[in-house]
Amino acid sequence: MYPAAFEYYRATSVPEVVQLLQQHPDGKILAGGHSLLPMMKLRLAEPAALIDIGRVPDLNGIQDAGDSIVVGATTTYWNLLQSDVIRQSLPLITEAANVVGDIQVRNRGTLGGAMAHADPAADMPAVALALDASMKVVGPNGERTIPASEFFVDMFTTALSPDEVLTQIIFPKPQGTSGQAYEKFAHPASGYAVVGVAAFVTLDGGKVQTVRVGITGAGTVAKRASAVEQALAGQEPTEQAIESAAAHAAEGLELNGDIFASEEYRAHLARVFTQRALSRAVAAARG
Amino acid sequence: MKQQITVTVNGVQYTSEVEPRLLLVHYLRDVLNLTGTHVGCDTSQCGACTVIMNGSAVKSCTVLAVQADGAEITTIEGLAKDGQLHPLQEGFWEMHGLQCGFCTPGMIMTAYDLLQKNPNPTEEEIRHGLEGNLCRCTGYQNIVRSIQYAADKMRGAAAAAGGE
Repeated sequence: MYPAAFEYYRATSVPEVVQLLQQHPDGKILAGGHSLLPMMKLRLAEPAALIDIGRVPDLNGIQDAGDSIVVGATTTYWNLLQSDVIRQSLPLITEAANVVGDIQVRNRGTLGGAMAHADPAADMPAVALALDASMKVVGPNGERTIPASEFFVDMFTTALSPDEVLTQIIFPKPQGTSGQAYEKFAHPASGYAVVGVAAFVTLDGGKVQTVRVGITGAGTVAKRASAVEQALAGQEPTEQAIESAAAHAAEGLELNGDIFASEEYRAHLARVFTQRALSRAVAAARG
Repeated sequence: MKQQITVTVNGVQYTSEVEPRLLLVHYLRDVLNLTGTHVGCDTSQCGACTVIMNGSAVKSCTVLAVQADGAEITTIEGLAKDGQLHPLQEGFWEMHGLQCGFCTPGMIMTAYDLLQKNPNPTEEEIRHGLEGNLCRCTGYQNIVRSIQYAADKMRGAAAAAGGE
């Protein structure tokens, strides 16, 4: 299977990417290509031009910026898995990156690509939501920063404008006593999340101070489970409290249903996996 | 418009003019005539087309040839040295790790990456490592044994080299 013909441009800098995007309104950015190329081979996508950002030097790498960790958009899952600073401060990323696709996909697929593609069943959007990440994007009018909670708009739709490129994903470093966990029910054939839940908690004096839950796969777009968070914040995180908070997991989701998992089943999985993720995050916080 | 690429495959440098939409797997098979790399599903699932690109296993049906410009690539044809099978090839032979053989080149190239990153994997780690490679014949048992055989042999060789 061949993709439809396209013009190919290999960008060497971020300003060049923006310029090429303006010159080619029907163009698409190519990073690792592990979502885009399969779609192009099936002719579900037929961009007139591909702007390859795979060799733009400033876009790759993981930087410890003191109170945050800055990940370049073309950093691969394998790069993330190798990073000690990620494993120590943001083990949620390591845990989730290890269950994305397979070795070959993790070698090529990029964090920025996962964010910008916004597949409703991708793992990393849930992680970005739970870790309160923000997206640095650059366009013709300069750069802006979009919080993850506003970035994922709908199925395959983000807050990025067509002439903007995502350059960095910025993760604040957790402060105080915190715990993180990712729980995924993977589709047995594709490996994508039927439901994936990323949980982040901080504890203060035995009570939940901050709690963020990101859910992917269940709905049309990855979302924070606000009702769960409200129910658990300020509480002592007993098994009972976690269970009753997790019961709200499907609230506010526009549920997906397909031949493999109905809307009702996905709602059930969202509740069960939210409970598991929160329990593990709390246990991790307690050490 | 065609683009010029230069790629080193199994130690030999090639320069070619390719259409941007040409997939790396077709470049290897149809331009360089290296047909050991197989096209299985063509939808990025089965891993039969796996090759090593710049040290890492990739599905060559999901990489454009233009993306491989400047890359070092190893295919199944590049593993045997001086008429000696690579330990992975020997392992698949000795442990009966194949039946029809269609998935085998991809299995071996993925296992090559796996053993590079983790020379002493557990059975579970081998199975997790093979998630991107499908086999319709063997049920995977002997593939896992073949990779264990190769891991043992390669660790032995590394220890012997270290002791010299």
